[in-house]
Amino acid sequence: MAARAIWKGKLKFDSTNVPVNLYSAVIDKSVHFHILEERTKTRVKQHMVNPETNEEIPNDEIQKGYQVEPGVFVVLSEDELEKLQPKPSREIEITRFVAPEHISSQWYDRPYYLGPDGDEKTYFALAEALANQQKEGIARWVMRGKEYAGALRSQDDYLMLVTLRHAEEVVSAKDLPEPAGRDLDKKEINMAKQLVELLEGEFEPAQFRDEYSERVMEFIEKKAKGSKPRLHVVHSKRGTSSLDKVLSKSIASLKNQKEKKAA
Amino acid sequence: MRPLWSGTITFGLVSVPVEMYPANRSDRAPLRMLSSDGVPLSRRYYSQESGKDLDDDQMVRGYEIEKGKYVEVTDEELEKLAPEKSRDIDLRRFVDEQAIPPIYFERGYYLTPGGETEKAYRLLAKIMEDSERVGIGTFVMRGKEYLVAIAAENGILRAQTLRFANEIRSPADVGLPKKEKVSKAAVTKFEKLISKHSEKQLSMRELKDEPTERLLKLVKSKKSRHKDIVETEEKSSDGKVVDIMDVLKKSLAAKR
Repeated sequence: MAARAIWKGKLKFDSTNVPVNLYSAVIDKSVHFHILEERTKTRVKQHMVNPETNEEIPNDEIQKGYQVEPGVFVVLSEDELEKLQPKPSREIEITRFVAPEHISSQWYDRPYYLGPDGDEKTYFALAEALANQQKEGIARWVMRGKEYAGALRSQDDYLMLVTLRHAEEVVSAKDLPEPAGRDLDKKEINMAKQLVELLEGEFEPAQFRDEYSERVMEFIEKKAKGSKPRLHVVHSKRGTSSLDKVLSKSIASLKNQKEKKAA
Repeated sequence: MRPLWSGTITFGLVSVPVEMYPANRSDRAPLRMLSSDGVPLSRRYYSQESGKDLDDDQMVRGYEIEKGKYVEVTDEELEKLAPEKSRDIDLRRFVDEQAIPPIYFERGYYLTPGGETEKAYRLLAKIMEDSERVGIGTFVMRGKEYLVAIAAENGILRAQTLRFANEIRSPADVGLPKKEKVSKAAVTKFEKLISKHSEKQLSMRELKDEPTERLLKLVKSKKSRHKDIVETEEKSSDGKVVDIMDVLKKSLAAKR
């Protein structure tokens, strides 16, 4: 079943104008719980309460404030907050293009597919050009009252827009102190390098499953049928040998596995 | 601030004890809800039936199996469902970070050395940074399993949580039309425009948080005019913003 577009916009840069639809590119598959009242087994509700009097405060009496020092707030009216809102627009403005290695993986936030909205030829030409040039466009747009920055990229012939986090939000490793200590042992460095090489391969996400969610769902289904499944804690043992011993043991066992596979 | 998680990264038989902290700062301009006389409000759960507020021990966690019908699951059960092995991050494979499509990246965390020695930590960071590889594994944190890429930069290990493959939709899942043949001329025209507007670097100015800047400017101006300021008698320390940078610096500083 085709998904519904969550927003419509126009990609704009230079004299170009590409009408697009936005679709979420991900689905949340984690197991979600509700909070229940133990006595009645019904869903609980939430409200805002004055903690001094335990009195419920209705929405129209709530004001919003920014704490400037402990216990001191500057109150902002709905009107003032409204005025801070960006102007609604359908334009996704591309300000520049950069090579993907300049966008740290730390910046990427939520991915969206863009689909053509009436002009398929232009859409697919842009996707192909981005792929050929190996570039990502830096985009800015306003969607549902919120301002976004994003990376426009091509993936498997299609256009994708991934929202980017704000500069102020991300802590860069360059601003942190490098952990110091005695010089590392050359032999250990070489062995660790060998070990990483032995474990090197392609990125194959399908090889990893959310086994925990599967176990939780299995447990819930059994419980729903009335059985009381038993749970055992699985213990694992960890060795305490020296680093270089552990490294050489690991290399030997991995090499052994590889040879067996090859044979 | 306590670490979000502490555990062990393993590769081969080597174990590296680590502590996990967020790599992103929380909202710089959180707005608090206040009563009309300026008392900061609390969010509370209450019973639909009696209308009374509920304490933590009066609530349970339930999974809805059909409308209005729930299966209760306790913290203890969730805890036991996580195999001990998954409390480690076992790096089963090392890959080129550039080979991971951005669609997978979810959230970043820093890992700081835990345990008694940071030798194995520094060794793993050095090897990964030199070889430009990231390690892939899974682990369980707070009742959820994560796929994760461990990367190193400036000698520091970073964990990027990744989406699982079944959480990613394909263009066909979304219902995008099949690719149309496009004219070479149209592609070349775009290629020229792209190189014309290409830059060597991504300027951090592009990623500035302008909405927050505007909000903070308004707050500053009202404060200097003493406009709409409310004070509460109780000056509790909660709501004080902890800068994650300070926490990380402390945690990375050599303790030994």
